[in-house]
Amino acid sequence: MNIAVCIKQVPTRDWQPRVNDGGTWIRDRDVTFETNEPDAYALEEALRLKEKHGGSVVACSVGPERVAQVLREALARGADRAIHVEHASVEASDAFVIAGALAAAVRDERFDLVLTGLQSDDQGFAQTGVVLAERLGFAHATIIMEVQIESSTVRVKRELEGGWFQWVAMPLPAVLTIQSGINHLRYATLKGIMAAKKKEIRKVAMPAGLAARQHIVRLYAPQKVKRTELITGSPAEAAKTLVTRLRETARVI
Amino acid sequence: MTTGVRASRKDGQGHEEIRAAVSDLCSRFSPEYFRRVDESRGYPEEFVDALTRAGWLSALIPEEYGGAGLGLTEASVIMEEINRSGANSGACHGQMYNMGTLVRHGSEAQKRELLPKIASGELRLQSMGVTEPTTGTDTTKIVTTAVRNGDRYVIRGQKAWISRIQHSDLMILLARTTPLDQVRKKSEGLSILLVDLRTSIGRGLTVKPIANMVNHETNELFFDDLEVPAENLIGEEGKGFRYILDGLNAERALIAAECIGDGYWFIDKVTRYASERVVFGRPIGQNQGVQFPIARAYVNTRAADLMRYQACALFDEGRPCGAEANMALMLAAAASWEAANACLQFHGGYGFATEYDIERKFRETRLYQVAPISTNLILSYVAEHVLRLPRSF
Repeated sequence: MNIAVCIKQVPTRDWQPRVNDGGTWIRDRDVTFETNEPDAYALEEALRLKEKHGGSVVACSVGPERVAQVLREALARGADRAIHVEHASVEASDAFVIAGALAAAVRDERFDLVLTGLQSDDQGFAQTGVVLAERLGFAHATIIMEVQIESSTVRVKRELEGGWFQWVAMPLPAVLTIQSGINHLRYATLKGIMAAKKKEIRKVAMPAGLAARQHIVRLYAPQKVKRTELITGSPAEAAKTLVTRLRETARVI
Repeated sequence: MTTGVRASRKDGQGHEEIRAAVSDLCSRFSPEYFRRVDESRGYPEEFVDALTRAGWLSALIPEEYGGAGLGLTEASVIMEEINRSGANSGACHGQMYNMGTLVRHGSEAQKRELLPKIASGELRLQSMGVTEPTTGTDTTKIVTTAVRNGDRYVIRGQKAWISRIQHSDLMILLARTTPLDQVRKKSEGLSILLVDLRTSIGRGLTVKPIANMVNHETNELFFDDLEVPAENLIGEEGKGFRYILDGLNAERALIAAECIGDGYWFIDKVTRYASERVVFGRPIGQNQGVQFPIARAYVNTRAADLMRYQACALFDEGRPCGAEANMALMLAAAASWEAANACLQFHGGYGFATEYDIERKFRETRLYQVAPISTNLILSYVAEHVLRLPRSF
């Protein structure tokens, strides 16, 4: 079972976002980055599948020099090698460009499975995995909470709305987008970190001819507004109106 | 996981992979967990197990014996991150450095037998028995004796403030093997024995826990003709004092790093609080009376950090580092205490509430101006050995 795991590097969650001068993306000068959380679960799932079925795990990422950090972390956790698609202006790329770059990087390796996180913690479009499947011509399924390999097919449990799940089977090779919480993440060991230094990170160039089809026009923090409304009427009527407002307008109950 | 706060500062940098991994492991243990352990005066067994399994406590053990073979610099970063995460390395730092005596002075057979088991955590060597009730820093005056009798040493005497005995399998023990009046120099005639606590307690060794201000497991030990196999002698008989001194510099530099981790923890905590807490219509952190003590604690923590790195670098190059290791400890212990005070003060009453964790860390970090060495003794060391002033005692 040879598995590729696509990993995005995103700003840490406790970083207070600041918008760049153009108002199109964050000002990433002072940012600390980390592995996108759903991608960490995808990596963990890949490592577990490798432990069960053998094979190898290859971590892939697209971005500038700094993304080597998340690849090294993946290697420290147990990935066998990594592919770094070098791309300086990752912030100006959409899922189409990123998926195109990933597809070019993994196509020749004949992976049985390609795992991605369900979505990224920064942009949250949830597109890279499915576009990648299309570009590779692989079957795919999203929001995966369990993976079972059965010779040349894979059965997966998808999370639906309202506490419902769905089992789907499809032929390999396939792309799965993994939901956070599918497993329990292991932590990197000191031995893993040391061993990672000897593992290969293959650098590849961005394929030519990829242009973004989607652009962020403006990024802004939602404006907080305060509005006071006096509810009149008898106590019983006022309570009823209040509950309706809380439920339907404020949506807090 | 590194924090966003840290990204805009220059502290806590270098060895990012180690920092991120240790911090990630620590983040799996909640503040409630450490609070519970503290309140019950328990031992953070699961936390220490996780650190051991991930290999963090065997960083200094050479690779050929199952460790990572890293330097003191990396080991100090591990300790710093543990404390910076809100935990307390005091529960387990003995496992990190006590085996140093064995690595440097043990026989090949002892090393082959013990180090891989210490590296895996199968054996815990977390205790060092040096201090006695009547002999603190005046180590050569210890009265615990080990008398050779055939293939055994027979130990009589008493030790005090011996930490982590109840969570160790082995202890490094310093005892006098040649009476003080029969040696040329008072530093001679002391030897190090490895005591197997599993077979000794109740058979010549009695352990009496000392209740204390922090949740730190420390004990009085009573040796009443405890027999230890002669093969447990580490290095040569009579040279134990020098062997012990070799290990103390590592201990001091590591504990300096723990204080630095504490210092940053307090500074991060109080900085966040002072930015958010609004009194009289503005954040309290807007007042210079609040800013300056925090800024001063940060300045001093950063300065101590530099001395820590210098001590570790010298140690890793195999060069003398006694002055730097001691100075790092003194600066770091003072800085973390200063940061602790600022943190407690500006949290007002909340600082005293257990759920803020400040009072716990406050108690924990205070220890390091007293142990492993009183800061006054560091000053007298610097006066005598660095400045060449006349010996004061």
